Amino acid sequence: MAGYLTRRILQAFVVVILVTIIVFVLLRMLPGGPARAILGQQATAAQVKAFNHQQGFDRPLALQYLDYLKRLLHGDLGYSYKLNQSVTSLLAQRLPKTLLLTVLSTVVALLVALPVGIAQAVRRNRATDYIITGVSFVLYAMPIFFLGLILIIVFAQQLHWFSPQAPQGDSFTAVLSQANQLILPVATLALITVAAFSRYARSATLDNLGEDYVRTARAKGALERRVLARHVTPNAIVPVVTLLGLYVPYLFSGSLVTEATFNYPGMGLLFWNAAQTRDYPILLAVALIVAIATVVGSLVVDLLYSVLDPRVRYVVAA
Amino acid sequence: MTLDSSALAGLHGQDREESADAAAQSNLRLFFRTFFENKLALVGILIVLALAVFSFIGPLFYHSDQIHTNLNAVNLRPGSNGHPLGTDQVGYDQLGRLMAGGRTSLEIGIGAGLLATVLGSLWGAISGYFGGVVDAVMMRIVDALLSIPALFLLLVVAAIWTPNVLSLIVLIGLIAWLVPARLVRGEALTLRVREYVQAVRLMGGGRWRAVTRHIVPNTVGTIVVNASFQVADAILYVAYLSFLGLGLPPPSTNWGGMLTDGVQYAYDGYWWLIYPPGIAVVLVVIAFNFIGDGLRDSFDARLRRR
Repeated sequence: MAGYLTRRILQAFVVVILVTIIVFVLLRMLPGGPARAILGQQATAAQVKAFNHQQGFDRPLALQYLDYLKRLLHGDLGYSYKLNQSVTSLLAQRLPKTLLLTVLSTVVALLVALPVGIAQAVRRNRATDYIITGVSFVLYAMPIFFLGLILIIVFAQQLHWFSPQAPQGDSFTAVLSQANQLILPVATLALITVAAFSRYARSATLDNLGEDYVRTARAKGALERRVLARHVTPNAIVPVVTLLGLYVPYLFSGSLVTEATFNYPGMGLLFWNAAQTRDYPILLAVALIVAIATVVGSLVVDLLYSVLDPRVRYVVAA
Repeated sequence: MTLDSSALAGLHGQDREESADAAAQSNLRLFFRTFFENKLALVGILIVLALAVFSFIGPLFYHSDQIHTNLNAVNLRPGSNGHPLGTDQVGYDQLGRLMAGGRTSLEIGIGAGLLATVLGSLWGAISGYFGGVVDAVMMRIVDALLSIPALFLLLVVAAIWTPNVLSLIVLIGLIAWLVPARLVRGEALTLRVREYVQAVRLMGGGRWRAVTRHIVPNTVGTIVVNASFQVADAILYVAYLSFLGLGLPPPSTNWGGMLTDGVQYAYDGYWWLIYPPGIAVVLVVIAFNFIGDGLRDSFDARLRRR
């Protein structure tokens, strides 16, 4: 177990290093380099050269990369010349809002998807099962902005229940004080997530319903309700919870599109605006953060798996 | 899946040459029978065919100008003079626009899906076949690229270059190959120790031959199933790129781009700008998912029989 742990953590570390190299190379691949991106097309060759020298961009790539790593380790993610603000301070504003959106919608999605998936498995191949499967297929195939748009048309434009725009407050507390404006964005992201999770919960429950321990519980005379609640559900939840860790990249992508749909000023919207104005330091910093979250997510999954499911013990090298 | 495929591999490896031909034939028949018995898969194929005919053959019978804008005829309601589905915000005929958009959506989706599948299968097969250090290095590269969500990578790259159909195919293909690479690598790991692959080496066959003639063909089930999901994903990626303003420049368009253009008119009630392209995207993505599910069941049925 300890050997597996160290090897797995080492692997994750190597992947993070590789990600920084990819991100670094992407920045250097820009046509004209970062100088053109910052100084603009009008800059003279002399200005570009002076800028490159001042920033150390004329030094060997390997040295520049080490420099970049060193700055990263000091928490320096770069400087946005377009917004005239350090990327770290921008992220300090934006990241909590994205986390609020993703965490809230994931919790909602789990609260819906688990019971729905289990109910589907219990009533498998009956009308309810087919209808829910159909709905989740449609949701799964739907571009997030299309779903968001339909929710806006129905609930904001026609029923006037919720605001079509997400909270615009600068601070975290301001966002929370406009909680009802959060409902549509959270619902959008949650519905897309439900589509994936409920199918997973359904098949996990189906697998467990065929296990010997379920037959034993039934043979002991346990009520079906008790078999489901005490025996099947905890076992069906394990794979779904672990799926969460692997779902991190999808959550961030989903959040990016949801934020763009509802104009919610989180990290995704920051990234999107940066892509349009070609604000490379922001693009690279956000990509790096999301990548690290993804690596950590899948690492946590692997570790959780052995804790949640005692049958899984990593003795042999994977 | 891994176990099942090695069972399939075993058949080819043993001395059952005389029965292999007959078995292969009835296997193929079983494959098609289970595939066509699967009603959802059939529905999926019909939807894709219908949309392809609509997009590629439709323009031969329904002519509309998809190059020049006409600002005298913007946002006309469906049914107005010569425009059964109305016109869009710059005066393109919406029905003809749906055909043009469908062409690019399908071209990019299928092109990128196939490119990703070919690249990923080769990468995975080589990585799994060689194993050891080569495998570790190749797979860590996959891990690293996979940990930056595709949409973020796409946005960064699309921010640098203005895309066209071909560059979008290459771009999405170059980002989407990671999943098939992982799947095929998993199977290649179990295939490479099988006798018939070892035999290639003993008989002096090269490594390239072992990979392309023995490893890849035996993972074809996984590859084909994944390919149809790849196409569905690629069509969604193009839609997202368009929504984020980094899709194809006009006058070319795709269903996602049309949907995006329609978004700004949601409050005006111009439903024909929103629902036709939106439903088209959903339909084609569902269809390719149905086909993928059907293919998986068919391959499973073929393997389970043994």
